[in-house]
Amino acid sequence: MRSPIPTLLVTVRVQCYKTRSIVRTYLLLAVAEFRRFSTYRLAILAGITTQSVFGFIRVSVLYAAISSAGGTLAGYDEQLASTYVWLGQALLAPVALFGWIEIAERVSSGEIAVDFARPVDLQMAWWARDLGRACFQLLARGLPPLIIGAVTVGLARPDSWTAYPLGLVSLFLAISISFTLRFLVNLIAFWTLDVRGFVGLYIVVVGPFAGLFVPVHFFPEWLRVIAYATPFPSMLQTPIDVLSGWVLGWAAAALVASQLGWLIGLIGLARLVQWRAAHRLVVQGG
Amino acid sequence: MADLSAIEAHRILIGSRIRSQLAYRTSFWLNVATSVAVGLVEFLEIYAIFANVSVFGGLDLRQSALVFALANMGFALADVIFGQLDTIPTYLRLGRLEVLLVRPMPLLLQLITADFQLRRLGRLVVGVVIIFVVLPGLDLGYTASTIYLLVITPLVGAAIYGAFFVTAGGLQFFLIDGAEFTAAFVYGGGYAGQLPGSVLITPIRILFTFVFPATLTAYLPSLLIMGLPGPEFLPAWLGWFAPVFALWAGALAWLAWRAGVRRFTGAGG
Repeated sequence: MRSPIPTLLVTVRVQCYKTRSIVRTYLLLAVAEFRRFSTYRLAILAGITTQSVFGFIRVSVLYAAISSAGGTLAGYDEQLASTYVWLGQALLAPVALFGWIEIAERVSSGEIAVDFARPVDLQMAWWARDLGRACFQLLARGLPPLIIGAVTVGLARPDSWTAYPLGLVSLFLAISISFTLRFLVNLIAFWTLDVRGFVGLYIVVVGPFAGLFVPVHFFPEWLRVIAYATPFPSMLQTPIDVLSGWVLGWAAAALVASQLGWLIGLIGLARLVQWRAAHRLVVQGG
Repeated sequence: MADLSAIEAHRILIGSRIRSQLAYRTSFWLNVATSVAVGLVEFLEIYAIFANVSVFGGLDLRQSALVFALANMGFALADVIFGQLDTIPTYLRLGRLEVLLVRPMPLLLQLITADFQLRRLGRLVVGVVIIFVVLPGLDLGYTASTIYLLVITPLVGAAIYGAFFVTAGGLQFFLIDGAEFTAAFVYGGGYAGQLPGSVLITPIRILFTFVFPATLTAYLPSLLIMGLPGPEFLPAWLGWFAPVFALWAGALAWLAWRAGVRRFTGAGG
């Protein structure tokens, strides 16, 4: 009788090779997306300018509120408030709180059938691409607002170095949660042709609950409860809180863990919806 | 054949747009709901701040809500009429503008009527409701000047914000990919205009009063309505001159639009 071990070894080796080539595929997709976004230079400059104007208006609002409250409001002093604003402006583009209908458009045009036939997973491939996009926007659209914030009023630095590695993990989770939610909204296109209406509603709802205008911590109790019952604070408020040191240590780790929980739940939901969508797909002609 | 007058032609055009939007009921009401939500969400910011403090930029909640509502009504009106101009970069990229240029109607009017969006009126509802909720509590002496200001402010505001949209539209011809530049004063102006002008830091206050007169769309006239003094650089009496500032914004818009259209070079689309 032949020993089964060599066969097993071969299987393991093939599996390793496969994994490596899949990782490489997704990496290439991410790099391609990074480069796609780097083409529109003027758009980047325009985005930075506009986000700066908005940043100064938002700083004005928070300063006025904080000075009315007598120096601190919900744990924010002027410097922490300005850090909150400029970190928010920096993360806005990478975390992508805006609308995105690329997949929905492929659904209505029928190109999605080709996507399903590709040797990569639909969700994973777009996730990889979205991370590539986010990496580029983190550099191009993220750094300038931080520099403006540092030059004008100075940024608050967290009291512990752990804020930085934890902040990076939090940011990765925030981008991934944002992606999965946008992916889900796009999948609505399998059921209705008018996905734009849903995308519009999504953008409107996400902004305030993510902490885009004022920190979620400013909300009255009942509204804060509603906000934290959604994954939206995990997309902007949480990475800002962790990176700026508004929460530290185990409290920060717990926040990141809750992000991870949201991400796993949402990925599961997206899997289910994608599976249902694929079964609904009717391809007409070649 | 009887010639259609321009007004008649536009009445027919806009009528057809409205009917086509009402044809898809679900989609229409979803869009209206989104539009209302935009207004509510913007007000949420003011509300959240007043959950923590009782005075914001020298105004209480009712007074801030009046400023917000007046600005919001002006912006909503401007958005209904001119919001369509945001799509000019798409027209340019797809080469669809040439078709409009050869038609015997002004380009601006054609673009405005091309996709007249009724749903944007949803936002107006929020402003109107807030006005009617806060006015009784404000205890205003309803003199002729108060009523005049209450009526004319949303209209002047619409003119000013409309001018921002047209200025942006003209600049799109130069920017194309950089279209987001214009959001700084169109949507940034809309945002700044809804706030008590006294909260804005000085450079922003000056920018949105004397270059893009957003504080004239609500804050300054509201100070006159409520009989309050203004902060540095923004004396309340400036509010009487809102129509003059609207003319200035209109002049900017006219210049930008003319320059943009003159610069336009078709690619034979």
